[in-house]
Amino acid sequence: MMRSSAMRDLMAVTARPDVISLAGGLPDTSTFPPQTFAAQMTRIAQESAAEALQYGPTEGFKETVDCIAQVMAAEGMLPDPEDVIVTTGGQQAIDLICKTLVDPGDAVICEAPTYPGAVPVFCSYQADTIQIECDVDGMRIEELEVALERLDGEGRRPKFVYSVPSFQNPAGVTMSLERRHRLVELARRRELLVVEDNPYGLLRFGGEPLPPLYQLDGGDFVIYVGTFSKILSPGIRLGWAVAPPPVMEKIVLGKQAADLCTSTLTQHFVREYFASSRWREYVASLVEIYRGRRDAMVEALRLHFPPQATWTEPEGGLFVWATLPEYIDTEDLLAKALREDVAFVPGRAAYVDGRGRNSMRLNFSGAGEDEIREGIRRIGKVVGEQVELYGALTGEHQGAPARREEGERENVVPFRKTGEGGG
Amino acid sequence: MKVAVLKGGRSLERGVSLRTGARVEDALGRLGHDVLALEADAGLVKRLGEERPDVAFVAMHGPGGEDGTAQELLEILGIPFTGPSVAACARCIDKVLAKHEMRAAGVPTPDWFAFNETAFRELGAADALGALEERLGFPLVVKPSRGGSALGVKFAASWFEVPEALVAAFSYDDRVLLERFVEGRELAVSVLGAEPLPVVEAIPAGGDRYDFEARYEIGRTTFACPAELGEAETAAVIEAALGAYETLGCSGFSRVDLILGEDGPQVLEVNAIPGLTDTSLLPQAAEAAGMSFEQLVERILDLALKPAAA
Repeated sequence: MMRSSAMRDLMAVTARPDVISLAGGLPDTSTFPPQTFAAQMTRIAQESAAEALQYGPTEGFKETVDCIAQVMAAEGMLPDPEDVIVTTGGQQAIDLICKTLVDPGDAVICEAPTYPGAVPVFCSYQADTIQIECDVDGMRIEELEVALERLDGEGRRPKFVYSVPSFQNPAGVTMSLERRHRLVELARRRELLVVEDNPYGLLRFGGEPLPPLYQLDGGDFVIYVGTFSKILSPGIRLGWAVAPPPVMEKIVLGKQAADLCTSTLTQHFVREYFASSRWREYVASLVEIYRGRRDAMVEALRLHFPPQATWTEPEGGLFVWATLPEYIDTEDLLAKALREDVAFVPGRAAYVDGRGRNSMRLNFSGAGEDEIREGIRRIGKVVGEQVELYGALTGEHQGAPARREEGERENVVPFRKTGEGGG
Repeated sequence: MKVAVLKGGRSLERGVSLRTGARVEDALGRLGHDVLALEADAGLVKRLGEERPDVAFVAMHGPGGEDGTAQELLEILGIPFTGPSVAACARCIDKVLAKHEMRAAGVPTPDWFAFNETAFRELGAADALGALEERLGFPLVVKPSRGGSALGVKFAASWFEVPEALVAAFSYDDRVLLERFVEGRELAVSVLGAEPLPVVEAIPAGGDRYDFEARYEIGRTTFACPAELGEAETAAVIEAALGAYETLGCSGFSRVDLILGEDGPQVLEVNAIPGLTDTSLLPQAAEAAGMSFEQLVERILDLALKPAAA
């Protein structure tokens, strides 16, 4: 009977096999060559069975850290290997950082909307989570400054600012270079920690690569979270954190308490993979797949969503964020969508305070292009029906074009412009 | 005895159904029955035909399992099943139909209006909404006619909130009802056979009674069983609950949800097949009556096999 458990039940229905799910965040693993998988596992069994079946160091194997260094170097980062810890997915890195830094009631700042998987972590450490509006250029730094000054006035300091600057989950937006510089300068000036979560940085389909915050800052105030989930496999549960020594010491203690060490077997898997394969070629092949799927989704949105809807057009990553008229609650809409056998994530999951009710996250990495087109068509149909019904109920003129500003492409992005309410 | 447990299905309450089903299977196993767990999917009828269970325990909620559909199939196959009949399920699942039946039989239920989507799309029903204030007053409750959980149930404090609430409720069903909000205590009476179990009260933990959403948040509602009621109040509540149960033709077991307001009890709805999870109300009520979960399950089976025993 309780609302959140009812919502969980609704999400359980999205897992039905006949449902086209644009709800998950699943990377495509179908093109990973099975023969590579088999060959690697065979080599591990023949050459390193004892070590691969044994406990390992809490920080992770040196060889895993070498692979991490390669991945980070691909985006221009050169961390000190001593600052790196291998974790059970990037999710554990977020958890360990909170465990290390957050006491109940401490302020933590993140984006609005933020990564839905971070919300329960912040909540479980009883953080006072403050969300800063995003727009097409990512977190609005001037609003961050206002929030920091307000906290100053209360004699409080946030423990950190959490950001997914590139191809954000869920909004699909990327922080501009100018804002990246401003955030890093702000962190330095205020001696404020920034947690940069960068799972998607290498999944860029268009535009120019931007330097990660970690690179701009040099690792003084930026704690970095990375993962192999989106460039290799989420099933191996391998991620990492890079943090300055005093923070890292505590993270290591927390990791010991949590699970002693990260799977040694899958660390061997990554080691073998990086030794024998051209990992960047596989990432490039994923980028091609995802670009096609992003294009299919955006085209379908243009075709099937009513003019009252807006959405982001990401240059990378896995997600599009669509916003509907304020009178549509996407949790209720999901029930209607499920009657058409299609699912998405209601926007409220990306907020701690009930906002996001008229937005939705749409994933394009986990379904084929035809499925995406059909899924968006079905969602567009139910949205269109709700818009029409609301019009019939209120006598509002239907088919009026969405509010649009000069120079903007049709329906793209006006997601929380200056002065526009959150809804 | 070979007992098939039907669970899952395509309704939005699939999750609750799977939990009810799993718990019932455990209990049946402990009772020494031969348990056949059946997911309600396209292969259901074929499996039932092949397996020929002695009785089917219907652990399904919402449209498909609680509306008479599964029950009809079981009747065709000649397999006895737990819970209410096809007709009773069809009446309970449709809150509008159920309210009409109750009103006709003199069972108290709050005033309401019901609309289907066509009325708004094609017949200009929006123009009739103005009469709501006069007839029902505000605040009022907007809910989908079919659907057993809190999903889609909205609260409109003023005229301006009605369209949005209707859009939400129509996400769940083609027909919605607008119901007078009755201020009062929220009670549930589970009925087993013809016997009422102790009354359960849902108590919102502080906060605003008008904050409808908050009432469904975990931890903001506690349950008291048996509810603290006076003798006369208990008698009135039980009378209303049994009246609803009988009027809708329920048998086996069901749960009646009521509000106890200033003018006595008002029946909101009857859940033909209420949840039997470890947090559900019917098992709590049975426990308060001194019945273990196993005894409850055994009794429900008896009622299915020997309806006269009721």
